[in-house]
Amino acid sequence: MKRALWTLAVLLSHWRRHPMQLATLLIGLISATALWSGVQALNQQARSSYDRAAATFGGTRTAMLVARSGASFPQQLFVDLRRAGWPVSPVLEGRIQIEGRSFRLLGIEPVTLPAEVGNAPTVGKADLQSFMTPPGAMLVAPETLSDLKLAEGARPEANGGALLPPLRVQPNLVPGVLVVDIGIAQSLLKMPDQLSRLLIGKTAGRHAPLESIAGDVLRLVEPDAETDLERLTDSFHLNLTAFGFLSFFVGLFIVNSAIGLAFEQRLPVLRTLRACGVSARMLNAVLVLELVSLALIAGLMGLVCGYFIADALLPDVAASLRGLYGAQIPGHLTLKPQWWFAGVAISVLGALAAAAASLTKALRLPLLATAQPFAWQQAQRRWLTYQSALALAAFAAAACFLRFGDSLISGFAVLAALMLGAALILPMFLEFMLSLGQRYARAPVSVWFWADSRQQLSGLSLALMALLLALSVNVGVSTMVESFSRTFLVWLDGRLAADVYVNAANDAQADEIRAWLRERPEVEAVLPGARADTQLAGAPIEVLGLPDHATYRDNWPLLQSTENAWIKLRPGNAALVSEQLARRLHLSVGDRIEVPASGGNWPLDVVGIYADYGNPKGQIAVNFAALTRRFPEIPLTRMGLRVAPDKIPTLISALQEKFALGDRNVADQATMKAESTRIFNRTFAVTAALNAFTLGVAGVALLTSLLTLANSRLPQLAPLWAMGITRRRLAVIELLKTMSVALITTIFALPLGLLVAWCLLAIVNVKAFGWRLPFHVFPTQLLWLTGVAMAAALAAAALPVIRLARMQPASLIRIFANER
Amino acid sequence: MTNGNPNVLHVAGLTKSYRTAGEQVAVLRGVNLTVAAGESVALTGESGSGKSTLLHLIAGLDAADGGEIRLADAPVSDLSDARRAELRRDRLGLVFQQFNLIPSLTVEDNLVFQSRIAGRHDAAWHRELVERLGLGNFLKRYPEQLSGGQQQRVAIGRALAVKPLLLLADEPTGNLDEDTADEVLALARDLVTRSGCGFLMVTHSARLAATLDRQVNLHAGVIA
Repeated sequence: MKRALWTLAVLLSHWRRHPMQLATLLIGLISATALWSGVQALNQQARSSYDRAAATFGGTRTAMLVARSGASFPQQLFVDLRRAGWPVSPVLEGRIQIEGRSFRLLGIEPVTLPAEVGNAPTVGKADLQSFMTPPGAMLVAPETLSDLKLAEGARPEANGGALLPPLRVQPNLVPGVLVVDIGIAQSLLKMPDQLSRLLIGKTAGRHAPLESIAGDVLRLVEPDAETDLERLTDSFHLNLTAFGFLSFFVGLFIVNSAIGLAFEQRLPVLRTLRACGVSARMLNAVLVLELVSLALIAGLMGLVCGYFIADALLPDVAASLRGLYGAQIPGHLTLKPQWWFAGVAISVLGALAAAAASLTKALRLPLLATAQPFAWQQAQRRWLTYQSALALAAFAAAACFLRFGDSLISGFAVLAALMLGAALILPMFLEFMLSLGQRYARAPVSVWFWADSRQQLSGLSLALMALLLALSVNVGVSTMVESFSRTFLVWLDGRLAADVYVNAANDAQADEIRAWLRERPEVEAVLPGARADTQLAGAPIEVLGLPDHATYRDNWPLLQSTENAWIKLRPGNAALVSEQLARRLHLSVGDRIEVPASGGNWPLDVVGIYADYGNPKGQIAVNFAALTRRFPEIPLTRMGLRVAPDKIPTLISALQEKFALGDRNVADQATMKAESTRIFNRTFAVTAALNAFTLGVAGVALLTSLLTLANSRLPQLAPLWAMGITRRRLAVIELLKTMSVALITTIFALPLGLLVAWCLLAIVNVKAFGWRLPFHVFPTQLLWLTGVAMAAALAAAALPVIRLARMQPASLIRIFANER
Repeated sequence: MTNGNPNVLHVAGLTKSYRTAGEQVAVLRGVNLTVAAGESVALTGESGSGKSTLLHLIAGLDAADGGEIRLADAPVSDLSDARRAELRRDRLGLVFQQFNLIPSLTVEDNLVFQSRIAGRHDAAWHRELVERLGLGNFLKRYPEQLSGGQQQRVAIGRALAVKPLLLLADEPTGNLDEDTADEVLALARDLVTRSGCGFLMVTHSARLAATLDRQVNLHAGVIA
């Protein structure tokens, strides 16, 4: 033990003498662990929220019976099934509005509710009677109560005037959900004797076959380990994980480079230790112990940083998930102990993986071989050929995934294989470019410039690979976001065609406003709007009512349509379908869908498909009048106005004054667009932040590689200095060398980044969100990123170069005399 | 037994060959050698005669093809890598031309390193070594802050700190000027006598070889 400690002390003493190398190693491990565990913290937080949602009175964690049509079904089926021995419990689901805000209303029947359904016990027993007998109770999450700005026991009023049961807080409930007795729900939703689904308990017992009781009206849905929300948000979390993994990978590049160099510098010491009688087994054990100890320290520091990163990004992630999928994520971070253990474990495993090559060399250390300070770099050169072969294999794999894959995972696999292949082929590409430079160089210093750059390549290639990956991801993601932004703004112009938007407090006020507007000469048209919520094929959708008016016919952007699609909407038997709904349900123009409405199922012909970017739900658009006939209970409070542009401010002021409307209830087109753009930008804030982090880590990788290489480069520079090249000129040459390899890497990264953008737009986005965006190239953005990359390279090269320029001649003399 | 003391090293019929450029080259062709306790022996021979190879085999740094090496009563030839490491640690002292000090440790830590890991640290002997080697003023310095002669003195001190049975030195003065070489070798001889261990030194210098008790010449892989 004492022997091991002494050996450990010797190994550790190396770091005391090389603090920069230790800092490099720790920075690499901390960055890798911090970004990885930060992303995992965000994923964990979101997933626990989805679990909370899934546990809401069944969700998809419980087996259930639903109508084959996707619509509601008669309550009598519940009675028949219970009589036949089925342990079923009824649920009715719909949406109601309180104070103009939409909530998900769940009606349950607590007596028959299966015991295994998450929150049932807290409803049962003591509270059962008050829950079921008038006025009943309405269970809400604490967040919902605070959103409503009401106290427990208060009775809010629904839009339409119905008085709701007293509010009662149930902490396990997901925000935005209201739970009442099923009788109350049927009354509030105006769906008497109708049910949405039947939850099935696990009670054993024989019962008659489903078909013999319900015919083909109902179908069994098995419990699912994954909820709809989880499925929908998989892409988002996969995206985050991919970023986390990329950063982790880049961080490990730093670790690998630091450990590789430290190992080379310690080779003579390792040999001396062996000569002094330290066995190979003990030496390796101590090397691993040293590495694990450092990884534990860095892992813990990385976890703390990861926590702060996650905490800083959480509001943006929550906004993105709310904007993209309607998922509710609490705004404060709560982490499970597993997260801490996993974070430390990933740090240790990452360090061991990054040090694997060095540890293997230590294990096979030939005791008598003379020290070869650059052996690992020379060995790296031999690997160039193997690397290139591996790169070709990675490209082939990417092509296969592209050709045969049809899932989100395969989309990411294309990206991963493509980037891995590009990173592996980079050293060969750089070698080729530098040898070209060397071939055409004439002056002795310039020949040396290219030749030395090639020699330096093996030490820098890992950092340059990291730079390549970070840059290409930046180009890819920025191009995607910019393409999205441009398409979104054009689309928004079409979608927000009215000049002023009004949302009245209730139907009565809406009638008054309409009457008042008819008297105003500057109002060219009043365009009523309405929206109903229902379900199609088991997923919630919105039904939008559009009036038959030129504003929509001329501006509303359609991706595909039949001839005279707008005219075909008029009778009320046709609909336009959003792109993501069409992709999800494989709908095309000419198909027919059946939409559950208040009075029964509503058959509609699909006459067009339109883009509906950013909407988590599927959406269909129908004629406004037809919508109000099919969903008579929906509020008719929304309207768009066509107004002469110079009269807009006066009209808005007059409306606000006359009807006491706030800014949220009346807004002009510009305000609505600004708000939409703000939400859009926030959706991509996380991506932008992770982009910046990754590029930052790549910059650090380059800096640390240059710093660690700087000392070992001196014996090669000292002879040039001895031959008459000034320190200043040597420093400038060193700077130029770094900048030139960084520039070649950047030039290689640009087309790769565009390829990444194409993959994101054409494969990943389509699978993840359900829409495909046009691909644009933005030259200014590429120039800007090239500038950023060169600035990062300059910043990374500056410190070692300044040190070289200021180096005392005595140091160079000593190096020249002793260390060649 | 050459000086009346028992032998600490006994080498018999030692052979070793290497494969170079596809050709098998016999370096040692049946070497026989003994070194007694307290005896100092100079191993001389032209370049490529196998001096360093013989030293490495005795030190257990490499394995012989045939023959026998015994250190006191322990056979070196048949030991595993771990046992050979143990032998180096506990019973041998090694000094090289390149000093091979640990650059990240101070002189003091370098001096005590081997005796500490062998668990045989003797504070009085350590003090004596420091004094006799004249390192008292340099204990807190790092190797790179010392001259070549001073570094070799530290290396000798480290090797003798464990009170080995045998001190093996491979061209220990090769990097030193003549005066410093004489001074370092005198110190080594003095300490070897003081500790009573055997001393086998590889050298090219006939002058330095003559200062030791006995000279053996290795020629074409055998002791001439």
